[in-house]
Amino acid sequence: MAKGESKVISVEAKEKKPTGERVLAWTKDMGKHLRKNWVIYTFLIIPVAYYVVFRYLPMAGNIIAFRKYSAGGNLFGSQWSGFKYFKQFLGDPAFRRAFGNTLILNFSYLLVRFPLTLIFALLLNEIKWLPWKKFVQTVSYLPHFISMVIVAGMIKELLSTSGPINTMLVNLGQQAIEFIALPKWFPTIFVVSGIWQGLGWGSILYLAAIAGINPELYEAAKVDGASHFQQVLHVTIPCILPTIATLLILDIGGMVGSGGAFEKVFLLYNPMTYETSDIVSTYVYRMGVYSGNYSYATAVGLFEGLLNLILLTVANFSSKKVSGESLW
Amino acid sequence: MTDNNASIKLKVDGKERKIKQGAKVKESWQYNVFRVFNVIIMGFICAATLYPFLYLVAQSFSSEAAIIKGQVSIIPVGFNFTTYKSVLTKGDFLGYYKNTVLYAVIGTFFSVLFSAMLAYPLSKPNLRLNKFFVPFIIFTMYFGGGMIPNYILMTTLGLRNTVFAFILPGLIGTYYVLLMKSFFASLPHELEEAGEIDGLSKYGVFFRIVLPISKPIMATMVLFYMAGYWSNWFNAFLYLEDRSKWPVAYHLRQIIIGASTSADPGVASQENMQIAANIKSCSMVLMAVPIICVYPFIQKYFVQGMMLGGVKG
Repeated sequence: MAKGESKVISVEAKEKKPTGERVLAWTKDMGKHLRKNWVIYTFLIIPVAYYVVFRYLPMAGNIIAFRKYSAGGNLFGSQWSGFKYFKQFLGDPAFRRAFGNTLILNFSYLLVRFPLTLIFALLLNEIKWLPWKKFVQTVSYLPHFISMVIVAGMIKELLSTSGPINTMLVNLGQQAIEFIALPKWFPTIFVVSGIWQGLGWGSILYLAAIAGINPELYEAAKVDGASHFQQVLHVTIPCILPTIATLLILDIGGMVGSGGAFEKVFLLYNPMTYETSDIVSTYVYRMGVYSGNYSYATAVGLFEGLLNLILLTVANFSSKKVSGESLW
Repeated sequence: MTDNNASIKLKVDGKERKIKQGAKVKESWQYNVFRVFNVIIMGFICAATLYPFLYLVAQSFSSEAAIIKGQVSIIPVGFNFTTYKSVLTKGDFLGYYKNTVLYAVIGTFFSVLFSAMLAYPLSKPNLRLNKFFVPFIIFTMYFGGGMIPNYILMTTLGLRNTVFAFILPGLIGTYYVLLMKSFFASLPHELEEAGEIDGLSKYGVFFRIVLPISKPIMATMVLFYMAGYWSNWFNAFLYLEDRSKWPVAYHLRQIIIGASTSADPGVASQENMQIAANIKSCSMVLMAVPIICVYPFIQKYFVQGMMLGGVKG
């Protein structure tokens, strides 16, 4: 049977034949497809098994948020406890503080990073001398590949009382500040170090999108007498709007999550700064792994994960309505 | 028609002239001012990015007295190798380093292999089950098991204190799979068809044709996964109690939070004080050097790879 013919039949089947026969036809079709392509599907066996065990099984493991789990016991807990742990953490001031801090840190970081990466990409794109452009790119992407341990170590060295920043302050006649121990400095340290590490890397997708713009559009704009600035405003930005929207959706979706923040906060915070530095995931760590309240900590983690998923879905939906761009 | 053209010309008279001058376009003075500013801004960003690295390197070679007085900026003061010598000869630093290299090499090999094996079938539009498998893997980017269920899983599987506990949690990165998928989808399929006509199996086509022509994405993946394993300390923190299995990143974390030092405790000799003063910066420099050296060579590949596939997903 030729390919076109089978298509015609399946279309007819959709329209006329009763459900039973349709299912039968689909099964037959699929059987044929599998017989023809089974070898290439075998590529998927190990990776998909990996996803099942190390991605989906832990998702199912979230069930212990509703059950009582004790260390060394059944993977899925011993008996039902309903929403007990959820009620517990929602009433816990330490959780509320962590939740608030997560929002504040993520939001201030997004607010600073989002425009800066976009501007950086646009400026980088204006560099016409290629060796210089390549140098700037190489330097600005570099921190992305540096371990968070080293980044945290650098921050501590730079901000230590004998470090360069305090030396400068002292030389200016100011008092030295113990930045790492003061809660009010934590958000600033978090955001500035985030920009230091992520500015270049955050611009890479914008650069990719800019590189994909049809040069004829710029030619047309030039013929219409657009200045360089107008070209950026009326050609570059509209053309990369889909990328901007996509990245914004992802960022908003990550707003209540800890994503990359966990490691940095975990390495830099201390009980003196919990007030502004403790975030949900570090709280989960302390409650779960450190104190052994597994079910309680899982409930907190699940709450955060679900909230993230909802936020992402809402952001995605609104973006679809407003700009026509969406992740799915 | 002629009228129309004339009016346009009139409106944009100044600009029109410039275009006609062809290659030697004379830029407006505003644009030239902007270009000067752009160079200054970019130069400032580069300097700010490099400063912490240079500071660390300078500190790692400086003398204790200069560090405590805060005299070190980006040039070493009181140049010496004492701490480097101590880090590399005494203590377990080299052992941790060997672990890191071992984990990074093994982990990267399997990560790249399995990611490619996952991405390749997913890049084929004619495979119907992809309608299920693609969302199946993408969903894990938006929702995950969370820290505790993962921790319990690793413990229940009995993987604590094994190399698997270090490697398995991040074996396949979904985002990387999507990058590879779009790269594979962009390859000309005539080559694969030719391979099949020559009698190669699907596996033969994959290993002998697809992978060799996918150097840019493979190099990118090697760098991404390698840098990930190199940097990872948290898996060791959660799962590796046995000191002899620690990677250098975790050792460094212990030094930074002050939980351990490699300097001999007890005698407060001049040498020990020197070592205590810059052991952090020496260890950090030693850990960062391989990545900093390798990364610029792979950069051209990953810029290419990200451009092809990165925009969505």
